[in-house]
Amino acid sequence: MAATATSTAVPAAIDRKAVIQRYATHVILLGVAIWLGANLINSPSQFFSAGMVGLNLGMLYALIALGYTLVYGIIELINFAHGDLFMLGALFSGFLLTTVMGQEHAGVLGIVLLLVTIVGTMLFCGGINVALEFVAYRRLRRAPKLAPLITAVGMSFVLQFVGLKWNGSTPKQWPSVLPEGSFGVGKFQVDYSLLVVIAVTVPVLLLLRWVITSTRQGKAMRAVAQDQDAARLMGVSVNRTISFTFLIGGALAGTAGVMYQQVVGTTAYNLGYQLGLIAFVSAVLGGIGNIGGAVLGGLLIGLIQGFNDGLPFGFGQKWSQSVVFAILILLMVFKPEGLLGRPSTEKV
Amino acid sequence: MSGAGGVIETREPMLELDEIHVYYGNIAAVKGLSLTVYPGEIVTLIGSNGAGKSTTLRAISGLLPVRRGTMTFLGRQLNGVPDHEVVRRGIAHSPEGRRIFPRMTVDENLDMGAFLRKDKEAIAADREMILELFPRLRERLDQKAGTMSGGEQQMLAVGRAMMARPQLLLLDEPSMGLAPVLVDVIFETIVRIREQGTTVLLVEQNALAALDVADRAYVLESGSLKLHGPADELAEDPEIVKAYLGG
Ligand SMILES: Nc1ncnc2c1ncn2[C@@H]1O[C@H](COP(=O)(O)OP(=O)(O)OP(=O)(O)O)[C@@H](O)[C@H]1O
Ligand SMILES: [Mg+2]
Repeated sequence: MAATATSTAVPAAIDRKAVIQRYATHVILLGVAIWLGANLINSPSQFFSAGMVGLNLGMLYALIALGYTLVYGIIELINFAHGDLFMLGALFSGFLLTTVMGQEHAGVLGIVLLLVTIVGTMLFCGGINVALEFVAYRRLRRAPKLAPLITAVGMSFVLQFVGLKWNGSTPKQWPSVLPEGSFGVGKFQVDYSLLVVIAVTVPVLLLLRWVITSTRQGKAMRAVAQDQDAARLMGVSVNRTISFTFLIGGALAGTAGVMYQQVVGTTAYNLGYQLGLIAFVSAVLGGIGNIGGAVLGGLLIGLIQGFNDGLPFGFGQKWSQSVVFAILILLMVFKPEGLLGRPSTEKV
Repeated sequence: MSGAGGVIETREPMLELDEIHVYYGNIAAVKGLSLTVYPGEIVTLIGSNGAGKSTTLRAISGLLPVRRGTMTFLGRQLNGVPDHEVVRRGIAHSPEGRRIFPRMTVDENLDMGAFLRKDKEAIAADREMILELFPRLRERLDQKAGTMSGGEQQMLAVGRAMMARPQLLLLDEPSMGLAPVLVDVIFETIVRIREQGTTVLLVEQNALAALDVADRAYVLESGSLKLHGPADELAEDPEIVKAYLGG
């Protein structure tokens, strides 16, 4: 549609549109730079700690956003149940680490059991995601796009209901096994818990990149995302590849669930709604379907939120969501395909 | 219709379609087509637009279900074999419209062609052989396939299908959109592919060139077989000349 619109328009109009778009993006970036600069000069230490909070949030969003983007990239479905899968991951993390294994304190054993919990939760969420696809989405693959979308909304409610029964209607507190305290110089402090989050997230992202670029399954994923029938002709099983994609997306949501449960220490059945929505926004911001874009979008939104909530010249926490969505809307106006996305005129 | 080469027909057929019917929803696109391909042959399937040529190839590859009739490949039933298993049986398909993976490089596309193969050395040798056939691809190994010209993409599509080292190669309009020089290259390549021992089932709009390289030909008209026979005979059939060769 966009292609016909631009090709029939007079050249001058294209030029003006392009100029406005570039100009607007620059103005927005300049505004953000001034805002950050003012804050940095005003209070460097506050800037630093807000940045750390933002980084922590950003990694969480990135992990969840990847699940949206992977699934969208392969079957063009916005899996509305994905945020709730993350919520179940957080519940399962507490259940496994504290209820089953009884670990309540930091320490070497705590870290070891945390790793066990991460692997367990990855499998748990990956398994649920594969089951969801198998039971609900697979048979709707040839149906009109709206059918699987509505089904995903329905699945979101189903998972929330499971969360409600499991967690109870009020938020639940959990002990953390992450090391307490921080290190650094003067007011510039980095929490140890952030280090653990980084130490988990970065390897997981590198592993993901390796799987997608270098393994057979990863190649199959890319092939199916680009042309399903052609992939079939190469001998790729499309069903198996889609299941694998849901497995990976679920495992990433599980990792995020453990991180959230450990860092924040509370779980609630409706956790997935809010965080899932913001993670989805991150995926769209980065360019939905684009894996690097999901990570970039997640980190950016996390940082924006961190700065907005923690800086003296910010709108404060009350406005957190509004700021995030305002940014999304602005970007959608000027760059609808997202930061790293492909222009929608290019088919597949 | 007469005498499709008696010597050839004493051999075991490689591919045999027996009265197959293929539908899109309730619309029949192929209605009771029978077709035989013997090992080592180049067989061409010609017919006007919408005759059902691509549909036939898609049915052989398992992308479309056959509603009635049987397909046999190397003595084994081909009906109902899952689409991703067909290439394992020895049939590779270079589809209509090229269908290369646009965001993969040329190299990665070739790699995908050998997706099910494990024999690393033979794969490397086949890749080398394909790059000999299409030197253009060698120059562009690291280019994203979607940014190549139509002709280059077509060579890639054929090369990618050959990377499966198939016994039977299905080619759907490999000369489409190519400059005349490249059309010649493609048809020369088809002959060389056969010389290397691969059997070819070729669908072509360019009936003249197809009949020139093929041993036998089938003419399809609105989903049914109109006639078949040795390619050189059909090339002189006045009816064929009038309808398909622009004579
Ligand atoms: N996906 C589809 N859904 C419904 N009908 C289809 C579909 N694809 C093809 N057809 C119909 O099936 C018939 C045969 O199509 P097919 O693509 O096999 O023709 P063809 O012989 O390959 O023609 P061409 O030379 O134009 O490629 C046509 O009437 C076409 O309209
Ligand atoms: Mg066709």
